[in-house]
Amino acid sequence: MVSEFGIVLLFFILGFVFVAIGLSVAALIRPSHPNAIKNSTYECGEMPIGDTWVRFNVRFYVIALVFLLFDVEVVFLLPWAVVFKQLGWFAFIEMIIFVVILMAGFAYVWKKGDLEWDRPKPYIPKLEDLVIGKKK
Amino acid sequence: MENVNFIYDLLGKNFIAIILVISLPLMFVLVYALAAILAELKVSAWIQERLGPMRTGPWGILQPIAEVVKLIQKEDITPDKANKPLYNLAPFIIFTGAYAAFAVIPFSEYFVPAGINLGLFYVFAVGSISAIGLVMGGWASNNKYSLMGAMRSVAQLISYEIPAAMAILSIVVLASTMNMQEINKLQSGWFWNWFIFGGPGSITKIWVIPFTIGLSLIYFISSLAETNRVPFDIPEGESELVAGFHTEYSGMKFAMFFFAEYANMFIVAAILATIFLGGWNSPFDTFMQGPIWGAFWFISKAFSVVFVQIWLRWTLPRFRVDQLMYVGWKVLLPISFVCFLAVSLFVMLK
Repeated sequence: MVSEFGIVLLFFILGFVFVAIGLSVAALIRPSHPNAIKNSTYECGEMPIGDTWVRFNVRFYVIALVFLLFDVEVVFLLPWAVVFKQLGWFAFIEMIIFVVILMAGFAYVWKKGDLEWDRPKPYIPKLEDLVIGKKK
Repeated sequence: MENVNFIYDLLGKNFIAIILVISLPLMFVLVYALAAILAELKVSAWIQERLGPMRTGPWGILQPIAEVVKLIQKEDITPDKANKPLYNLAPFIIFTGAYAAFAVIPFSEYFVPAGINLGLFYVFAVGSISAIGLVMGGWASNNKYSLMGAMRSVAQLISYEIPAAMAILSIVVLASTMNMQEINKLQSGWFWNWFIFGGPGSITKIWVIPFTIGLSLIYFISSLAETNRVPFDIPEGESELVAGFHTEYSGMKFAMFFFAEYANMFIVAAILATIFLGGWNSPFDTFMQGPIWGAFWFISKAFSVVFVQIWLRWTLPRFRVDQLMYVGWKVLLPISFVCFLAVSLFVMLK
């Protein structure tokens, strides 16, 4: 009647329906008294300054690109992993060459410093700086 | 492989049986989430030498129910500046993604909702859906905390997905199948047949055991990062980002994020239990082995892992962002590749 993948689809539908039912039941019970201050953007009681949707650090894109390469690699390796025992040494050595090429790219990204994140540089004051009235 | 399912055996494959098959895991998630909320409160209290909630019911066991009732009655606030369609869609996507993964979780030898051959691959794919819902909610809130939380969260999720995927891939190499039930069947017998101890095989497998134990640790650490648990809770770091990507969410929408978080915790624990700890197999060969004992073993293994997750939350401090990226890319990723190559060499030599 329903195939195994049909069950999977039904899981998606049931998850969606559950959230819809939960939110609808809450909508019937809960109060609703919106006002301008309540609906303003929450910033710990301060008035928000400037726009939220600004440009953010390019490093996130680099990480996403590197992730994409590795993810594609995993997608290629999964079918290989199921049958590589039957394919023998030839397929095994091919896979090693594939991983080595990928690792060369990874080493390049590492060396180039794209995986470096900004470290905090704490300023540790020296004792002399703290003495009041002493000239620097 | 034929899917052995006790509900189909009892009722035949009709409409009611299918409704039961898809809704049993949902009931399990709801009961489990309430239990996990209570466990989190009580375990934290126990670790910090407090009593925890004591007023609601005997020893406070009704506390999670009180919290759900409170969340249902809470007013739902949608910020004026938010992007309304995406803001409202995000809880749907996150919970649906978390619940869909339950379709292939083998609860017992006689109960897995959908016995598809792509089981592990499917879990890996569905696990990425939560990242979409997360960045959707964070971006659509139009709040600086939410956006920063979402960006950090996605960077963290994708960084730790690679080591987790390599651990899963190594198990596929060992098992030569992606079907969760087949993987469980391979690990039957004594506990040294579990994949954490190199899977079934003769004594020559002894040199691969350090690698498989390493892979299970890598998977556990990555799964903590993927579920945003401490010590990887930077996206929700209260002291800097208020509540991360769900800062603007309130009432039932927040409850859905909460449910999804707990469901994800169980899913990663269940996968760890299935691919490394033998799933529904008894540790002692045929002793206490059977369909109902199977459910018992599976759930107790998964709950032990959930307990360790909760335990770690009250033990470890939070990582800094640069430390997080360092651990993910420069420590776990090379180690997972080495372990993967060692495991595939082991399978070729066997």
